[in-house]
Amino acid sequence: MSTPNVPVIELKSVAKSFGAVQVLSGVNFVAMAGQVTALVGDNGAGKSTLIKGMAGVQAYDSGTILFEGNEVQIKSPVDASNLGIEVVYQDLALCDNLDVVQNMFLGRELVRSISIDDETMEQKATKTLAGLSVRNISSVRQKVSSLSGGQRQTVAIARSVLWENKLVILDEPTAALGVSQTKQVLKMVRNLADTGLAVILISHNMQEVLAVADRIHVLRLGQMVANVKASESNLNSIVSYITGAENLSISGEAAL
Amino acid sequence: MSKKQPQDSNQTNLDDEKTFEVLTFKQEAASFLNGVRQGRMGSFPALIGFLVLVVLFSFLSPVFFTQLNFANLLQQSAPLIILAMGLVFILLIAEIDLSAGVTSGLASAIFVVVLKNLGIPWWLAIILSLLIGVAIGLAIGIMVAKVGIPSFVVTLAAFLAFQGLQLMVIGQGGLYRVETPAILALENDNLSVGLGWALAVILVGFVLINGLASRRRRTKNGHANRAISILYFRVATSALVVFTSVYFLNLPRGSNPEFQLQGVPVAVLVVLVVLIPCTYLLNRTPFGIHVYAVGGNPEAARRAGINVSSLRIIIFMIGSGLASISGLMAASRVGTVDAAAGRTIVLSGVAAAVVGGVSLFGGRGKLTDAVVGGLVIAVIDNGLGLLSLPAGLNLAVTGGVLLMAATADALSRKHGTLTGR
Repeated sequence: MSTPNVPVIELKSVAKSFGAVQVLSGVNFVAMAGQVTALVGDNGAGKSTLIKGMAGVQAYDSGTILFEGNEVQIKSPVDASNLGIEVVYQDLALCDNLDVVQNMFLGRELVRSISIDDETMEQKATKTLAGLSVRNISSVRQKVSSLSGGQRQTVAIARSVLWENKLVILDEPTAALGVSQTKQVLKMVRNLADTGLAVILISHNMQEVLAVADRIHVLRLGQMVANVKASESNLNSIVSYITGAENLSISGEAAL
Repeated sequence: MSKKQPQDSNQTNLDDEKTFEVLTFKQEAASFLNGVRQGRMGSFPALIGFLVLVVLFSFLSPVFFTQLNFANLLQQSAPLIILAMGLVFILLIAEIDLSAGVTSGLASAIFVVVLKNLGIPWWLAIILSLLIGVAIGLAIGIMVAKVGIPSFVVTLAAFLAFQGLQLMVIGQGGLYRVETPAILALENDNLSVGLGWALAVILVGFVLINGLASRRRRTKNGHANRAISILYFRVATSALVVFTSVYFLNLPRGSNPEFQLQGVPVAVLVVLVVLIPCTYLLNRTPFGIHVYAVGGNPEAARRAGINVSSLRIIIFMIGSGLASISGLMAASRVGTVDAAAGRTIVLSGVAAAVVGGVSLFGGRGKLTDAVVGGLVIAVIDNGLGLLSLPAGLNLAVTGGVLLMAATADALSRKHGTLTGR
């Protein structure tokens, strides 16, 4: 993995506006390898806009992006994936009619001479799932259509590990899940970071953010109002940052 | 494959190494039947339907269950099956090609006209007509994938326009005889008795060796295998079907004792020559997986880095290419090509694919479904023809069967949305 203490991604005073609406202004953001960095905020706070800039879906108007310490331009999703940034969107983008292995390797199938190397792919998929301590998928050869919501989320997240990514962005991975499935997915998110990746977790559920994240960034009305250690914060303080009851602007570097 | 999964994820008694629940033969059969009940049935109902029709017509007509008619049925279905295989590719990505039949007719028209008027060798004429077929697919594909016109409209326009083109190529009231021996052989000649048996041994041997090799590979990589009885069952069934058919076809069936008519029709070989590489393409190559992915969820395919529009174009080229081969087969069978050749076959082709179990909604279906479906459509045509019932009934029955198959497809899809399966 990368040199310790150099953030995998660092945003310096990025801004974005749509016409007269300033969606992001002077936002600093940092995600370290091996950590889960949570990004929270109310609806319309600018979370999605911030993520889209890193994913290459929608470039920022101004500001600097440092990837592993080097200044980079992320103009398209291809740029993002070349850098090793993978986004797991809420709608997951899995093919129901394909099985777990086929989905995990979709677009990047392993080939031996001219035919697909099914055995190796199956082996790698199984290994990846085992590496994340995934126990809720009993057969990697079942079709995704037969999986539950939690299992699908598992597949989508596991796919992002398979490809030596450095940064995985998870957009509300537990939004549609029940209690036990949420637990399973959160455990996986934790394992994901423990393998050395930088993980950005967007969530509305403060309990789970506090449980799984290392650092919590709070966006409010397009500004980064907090960047705190999860272990040093509690539900009340996070909620007051989100709602603006406690409007302190903390710079990213200082709090690290 | 349809294993019941616990909806909850509290299951912790699984080994990390274990990737496959090994089911016994009985459990596999039960899970297959369960899948059939829930609508994931593939060509199984069509296969049953085919057998029922065969039994029914055998009772109703003394001529139906004879070597002569059996060979005739296979030859009759070959152009339809090849056209339907092309349509399977197109249906898999949730598109439609209404012009496939006209493309097949146009290809055969170009073949006979070019051969007659340009004085080029017959094989060059074949290549030329196939190339024109593929070019038609390219044009349709670009219209659909790049310009963004729904394939229904593009191919409807092509359906009309190419009829006109075919008329111009052939000339008003024109009728060309097919005189090329190689083309005539496709639908009229038979393999020798020995070659027929060799073909049977190769086919069954392939099923056995392929199954065993796959098991060995899986074992080497530490994966569990499905119960071996399933492989035995598959080999035994295919051996039974293949050897019985070849035996039956190798019996003399001619009415003229001077002229021995026996052996597996060449048309069967042509179908296999198209079926096997295309099945390989769909099942064992990245391209094949991408086809299913685009049919299942085009957005997911696009995000996975698959070039969806060029894949669509290639699919239309394959569809039209196979339609051209079908056109040459039809020309061989009829012996002549006129301006109307291929005009009506497309709907039977779509019917064959859908009856065989290919989904109209994309992402589900196999090429062998087209074979089974094509046989069902052909057997209806053949059997009702032998009973000398009015032609109207034939069309009505075919339409009814298609509607039944489409209903099953739609219901299974609805069931899938309701239960998330």
